[in-house]
Amino acid sequence: MIEVRNVTKSYGGKAVVDNVSLDIHKGKVTSFIGPNGAGKSTLLSVISRLSAKDAGQVLIEGREVGAWDSGQLAQAISILKQSNQIGVRLTVKELVSFGRYPYSKGRLTAADREMIDQAIAYLELGELQDKYLDQLSGGQNQRAFIAMTVAQNTDYVLLDEPLNNLDMKHSVQIMKVLRRLADELGKTVVIVLHDINFASCYSDRIVALKQGRVIREGTAEEMIDTAVLREIYDMDIPVELIGGHRLGVYFADYTK
Amino acid sequence: MKDISFLMSKSFLAAVLLLLSVASLFIGVKDLSPLDLFSLDQSQRQVMLISRLPRLISLIIAGVSMSVVGLIMQQLSRNKFVSPTTGGTDDSARLGILVAMLLFGNAPTMGKMLVAFVFALAGTFLFMKLLDRIKLRDAIFIPLVGLMFGNIISSVTTFFAYKYDLIQNISSWLQGNFSLVMSGRYELLYISIPLVVVAYIFADKFTISGMGEEFAVNLGLNYRQVVNIGLIIVALVSVVVIITVGTIPFLGLIIPNLVTLMRGDHLKKSLGHTALLGAVFILGCDILGRVVIYPYEIPIGLTVGVIGSGIFLYLLLRRKVYE
Repeated sequence: MIEVRNVTKSYGGKAVVDNVSLDIHKGKVTSFIGPNGAGKSTLLSVISRLSAKDAGQVLIEGREVGAWDSGQLAQAISILKQSNQIGVRLTVKELVSFGRYPYSKGRLTAADREMIDQAIAYLELGELQDKYLDQLSGGQNQRAFIAMTVAQNTDYVLLDEPLNNLDMKHSVQIMKVLRRLADELGKTVVIVLHDINFASCYSDRIVALKQGRVIREGTAEEMIDTAVLREIYDMDIPVELIGGHRLGVYFADYTK
Repeated sequence: MKDISFLMSKSFLAAVLLLLSVASLFIGVKDLSPLDLFSLDQSQRQVMLISRLPRLISLIIAGVSMSVVGLIMQQLSRNKFVSPTTGGTDDSARLGILVAMLLFGNAPTMGKMLVAFVFALAGTFLFMKLLDRIKLRDAIFIPLVGLMFGNIISSVTTFFAYKYDLIQNISSWLQGNFSLVMSGRYELLYISIPLVVVAYIFADKFTISGMGEEFAVNLGLNYRQVVNIGLIIVALVSVVVIITVGTIPFLGLIIPNLVTLMRGDHLKKSLGHTALLGAVFILGCDILGRVVIYPYEIPIGLTVGVIGSGIFLYLLLRRKVYE
């Protein structure tokens, strides 16, 4: 379990994350939603030690994140940021192999290689494994990075806007993979999402942030609700039930 | 791409290196042929041991180490156009040498090296800090900033060099030149060898750091420490080469680019090739400079600059073909 206790993080005197407390439960998919500048990505960075917090505590398995040895922590929690998408000439397999770095420190054992092959197969990247990342499409690229975190084999997998720049087909594909990580491999998945409907269809818990604070959290059923969404986004969003999923229809102003 | 990939194989490069090394030993004003090797007279033996062999050794060490540190610098700055030449390292090192001469007069080479190292390291750090601040991470913009930064430092060097009448010394470090290498005057270069070994040990860490701080921290790497070690290697090697043979411009830019274009950005896969190609390239340029206007010599800085920039342009224009 990840416990966030009264965490505050400021940039230039302005609290981007403001006294946030929150529990992230094991084996579940949790989505962070909220308007731009709500502090979702910053909160994710603080939880994963990429950013230092100004106040409060983040407990991972009951231990303060700062008290963990960074190498040990890399075997417990992994984080993918959007900024990972850069034009490097590494092959898919080389990238996925880096996922084993926290364990092997560069000297891959037979067991490491097996994990790498499994991760590649899990993301269906077999045919692309020797291609360079800069030859791949955005969706393939994203899958390669997710394969790396699968190889890293951490209990907690954190992703910052993994659907950024992806088309609908690839977005669905990525979300299905993340769901499978939780259902099949027992991973705890935390995702920053912009689209409330992806959050609705694929997550167990939804946490809404606004101006650095958690203003609501709950299941999709509780959260995808016109009144709740108005509170989060200052918009009137009608909610429809389609195929058992609650979907917010926010594309035009339907209130008139 | 397939048809020329053998050019980049390790065995081919090693064979060319061996061939050029032998050629390098037997080219020069003093007549020496491989056949004489077993019946060297006194003066021939002296030429071989005092001049030819040291020259070959220093060429190989300089070629290998400058190429390797270029690769490290490109990886850590995440920019293909950054090298000791375009990142202010060389210019800072020259300022350091000048300061050492002004402060300590004819300080022993070791002392000069330490002062120059401090300057080169500080200059490179400053450039990397500048990089962090630059919002516009355009591939061409960053080396331009580096060149401007280097020129500012250079102007300070030139100012004091004029003032204290040291301008001739300064220009001798500007142009790399192996014709002055003699036994007793190049041994400082050996410092580069353990540094290249350390670079090889750190290959994986440099590659991971090259993916960015967040990527590196996610894998439990001490990012700052790895970057610092990389920059120390870069600064020390650059200083050692400048003090012993002078500046060899753009070597650290061309060779790593040639290699990574074909072999990718994984240092484990490209370091060996970079080292070999660097040695081959600098030896070839040196031999060319020695035979073009025989019995005179063109300094290596010039041949490397001309040939290297030509190759680099060609590769830039062809780049799409490889992808």
